[in-house]
Amino acid sequence: MTKLKPWLPLIGIGVFAVLLLVVAPAVLSMHWINNLGKYCCWAIVAVGIGLAWGRGGMLVLGQGVFFGLGAYTMAMHLTLETAGPGSLPVFMILYDPSAPLPAFWEPFRSDAFTLVAIVLLPVIVASILGYALFKRRVKGAYFAILTQALAVALAVLISSTIRETGGDTGLSDFKYFFGFVLDDDANKIMVFMIAAALLIVCLLVVWQLGRSRFGELLIATRDAEERVRFLGYDPANIKLVAFVVAAVMASIAGAMFVPIVGIITPAEIGASASILMIAGVALGGRASLFGPALGAMAIGWGQSSLGSSWPSGWIYILGLVFILVTLFLPMGLSSLSGRAKSLVWRSRTAATAPAAASAPVLEEVKK
Amino acid sequence: MPTRVRDPTLQNRLQNSAPNRERPHVDALIPPLLNGTALGALLLLAALGLTLTFGQMGVINMAHGEFIMAGAFIAYLTQLVVTSSNISIVLALPLAFLGAGLLGLLLEVGIIQWMYRRPLDTLLVTVGVSLILQQIALQIFPAQGVPVESPGWLDGQADILGYAWPLRQVFTIVLAALCLAALAAWLKYTSFGRRIRATVQNRDLAETSGIPTRTVDRITFFVGSGLAGVAGVAASLIGGTNSQMGTQYIIPAFLVVVAGGVGQIKGTVIAAWAVGIALSFFADWTTGSMAQVLAFVLVVIFLQFRPQGLFTVRTRGLT
Amino acid sequence: MTTTGSLVVTDLRVEFDGFVAVGGVSFDAHPGEVRFLIGPNGAGKTTCIDAITGLSKGSGSVKLGDQELLGTSVNKIVRLGVGRTFQTASVFEQLSVLQNLDIAAGLHRSSLSLLRARRGIEPAIESALEETGLSTERETPAGILSHGQKQWLEIGMMLVQEPRALLLDEPVAGMSQDERTATGELLQRIAQRRIVLVVEHDMDFMRRYASRVTVLHQGKVLSEGAVAQVQADPKVQEVYLGTAGAATTAAMLAVPDGATATTDSITQGEGA
Repeated sequence: MTKLKPWLPLIGIGVFAVLLLVVAPAVLSMHWINNLGKYCCWAIVAVGIGLAWGRGGMLVLGQGVFFGLGAYTMAMHLTLETAGPGSLPVFMILYDPSAPLPAFWEPFRSDAFTLVAIVLLPVIVASILGYALFKRRVKGAYFAILTQALAVALAVLISSTIRETGGDTGLSDFKYFFGFVLDDDANKIMVFMIAAALLIVCLLVVWQLGRSRFGELLIATRDAEERVRFLGYDPANIKLVAFVVAAVMASIAGAMFVPIVGIITPAEIGASASILMIAGVALGGRASLFGPALGAMAIGWGQSSLGSSWPSGWIYILGLVFILVTLFLPMGLSSLSGRAKSLVWRSRTAATAPAAASAPVLEEVKK
Repeated sequence: MPTRVRDPTLQNRLQNSAPNRERPHVDALIPPLLNGTALGALLLLAALGLTLTFGQMGVINMAHGEFIMAGAFIAYLTQLVVTSSNISIVLALPLAFLGAGLLGLLLEVGIIQWMYRRPLDTLLVTVGVSLILQQIALQIFPAQGVPVESPGWLDGQADILGYAWPLRQVFTIVLAALCLAALAAWLKYTSFGRRIRATVQNRDLAETSGIPTRTVDRITFFVGSGLAGVAGVAASLIGGTNSQMGTQYIIPAFLVVVAGGVGQIKGTVIAAWAVGIALSFFADWTTGSMAQVLAFVLVVIFLQFRPQGLFTVRTRGLT
Repeated sequence: MTTTGSLVVTDLRVEFDGFVAVGGVSFDAHPGEVRFLIGPNGAGKTTCIDAITGLSKGSGSVKLGDQELLGTSVNKIVRLGVGRTFQTASVFEQLSVLQNLDIAAGLHRSSLSLLRARRGIEPAIESALEETGLSTERETPAGILSHGQKQWLEIGMMLVQEPRALLLDEPVAGMSQDERTATGELLQRIAQRRIVLVVEHDMDFMRRYASRVTVLHQGKVLSEGAVAQVQADPKVQEVYLGTAGAATTAAMLAVPDGATATTDSITQGEGA
């Protein structure tokens, strides 16, 4: 049993993979395949948030930014592919048929450029932002507010540039996905499989990061940043890595969201969308491996089923999720089993070593 | 998320009432300066309460925007009862203060008091509260919002520096100045203000010296939230009053507080004014939304040089 | 690994907004001695350590061997071989003792190797576990260690880094008598090969384990020398006496249990 224990998460990921890649396509209708694909995208974002927030202590309230980078990169490519070589996207023709294609659209005609940009753009943006903030030791609530401000800023920017980005109506009506006709059910299943496979890959990445020395260092940085600094590391670099990885995951999720859902608008990346991304992570348990993904899928399901059948009630539920989880279950549903275990552990060790009162964190001692 | 009726930029609201341009050579300078001052005053009103709840108490209240919204709706409700807009707006100010303040008190007693010293948790909890308050407002009031009539005595224009300046902007500035003066005097000269400062500086010591810190917390939260209500009345005169209006104010208000140095009223004033002016100038040169993006970049760059904001309370490290 | 070279502090000054916390302090510490820095509250002891480790900005000079430390960032100073502990033991509570030590030992690992999981236990970690008496606790989460064990773990984390200088801020505060003795002996063993500088309030602990003592008062060096010398210094007595009288002196000069050897020197010192 103890020999098996380190591999349990891997087995869990395996089961999850079979469920998503083998069982789901076999039993679910196209409607639910499509929905599940959407939930997978949100789950990918959530896995990244779990890494940055749960293990790194960085509450990223603006993952919509990176989700949006990936989504718009993909959407621009698909829009151009749909329009055909040398032609303008339909929405641009509506505004001004004679206007040339904006220069920043041109490279997105290329398949390769698009795929590289989906990974590289978030790396660049997150590196610059993260470097600037972490080096100056901006953290906690300040960091959360600034990231959310960035999400708002990006959403506003896209809303206001109707001619270049489609504005509030967003980009939609994609017909092709790298040569595949999106209307075809087989192709839809393929797109779903890609999203699900990417989710599995992201889980594997976070699993490996979690068990690696980097993972230990990240948790150490979350709990006692100054101590890490006084061990000779630069905490900024450690946090930066986690932040960038989370950003790339959000971007990949956004990129897959576009062919699955068929539309991307600023509303999907702004403040409220970013907050929704957090909700699932908080619910599932931010520091666990599966918690964020499952929580995000649950919230996604609520959003698409309850959100349309009972919109007002859904918002109340969402609000209550934030309040109740924070008040009573800060580490989410996944902490329930851990809590039970630690109770046993405590009662077992209480006799030998009196559990010391949790020592105040270093920040309180040292400002 | 429900689809939102978006009025993306704060300063669009003020831009509509831009001063007349009469002297072209200084046009590039004076109107954005005046506009910016008015916008800064609105930001200050929105941020002033945060300097209390965030700055003095360390609570990240994401529902502060919804308290602003509550103030605006109270202005509307007052108008339904007292139909003369000339009088109702004056009545609305104390009522909005009281209403939003009570909401804040409820939040403090019901939730926040369990999570002092856990700022990130207060942020998450109040995100939930903000969602719920928005939804309640959406169910009570029409989705497209309600009109708050501007009183007749604010319709005119004042002549300042040779520019016709809408009285509504002047009103915002005067209101912000009054709130600021009242708050500063309250903190500085009353015994209660001293208690707040004592509690902020050393909660344990304050408690042992007989200061009822729980009462201090509650009253501080009440006043901070009440100020959001006052800001809401001012906001209702300038832009639309709807369930989503709070979301437009909350982030700029927090940015102002962060840039000013948390808990520093002096810093908040300067930061609000600077951000207001910057937004106006940027909006003049580019577009309103580009201005918001630029203002955000500006704040981040500023924090590179002053990570603690404009002003900080310095304390000696250890021993 | 351990190189010769002393820690030499020359005319160190630290100011906070015009308040002079440390006003021109000079002292040195050599490998092989347990060096103590004592003084009443607010004397600037911790501020000295903060300045040496890069946490507070100071002027003057702090040299480790030939290397100037002032003006270097915190993490670089650690890489130059200066480790420190804090008044409140700061360990990674969520991680096991072993993980805590492994992180400390990983200082010079390449960033790529960080992406792999830990396999086996490095010899340096094993010996630090033994040195600090935590061998049986290696899988215990650091958060549930006793107060003394946390302090030892923190010292152990320094040890695996093989520092040239180890700075300890009130290592025995809150410890039981047995734990104090264990800590003192640990420090004496550590000091054989490296510089050990201890900031301490506990006079008894100081008398038992100090090789050399510097007394700080209001940011300045008041006295320096062996324990007996310092305690005999009338200036030191005055500071600890103040006008309040005998109680404090009595406490300071009281005969500690099991420290009769030093008692003689104190009485002699007083007589001189």
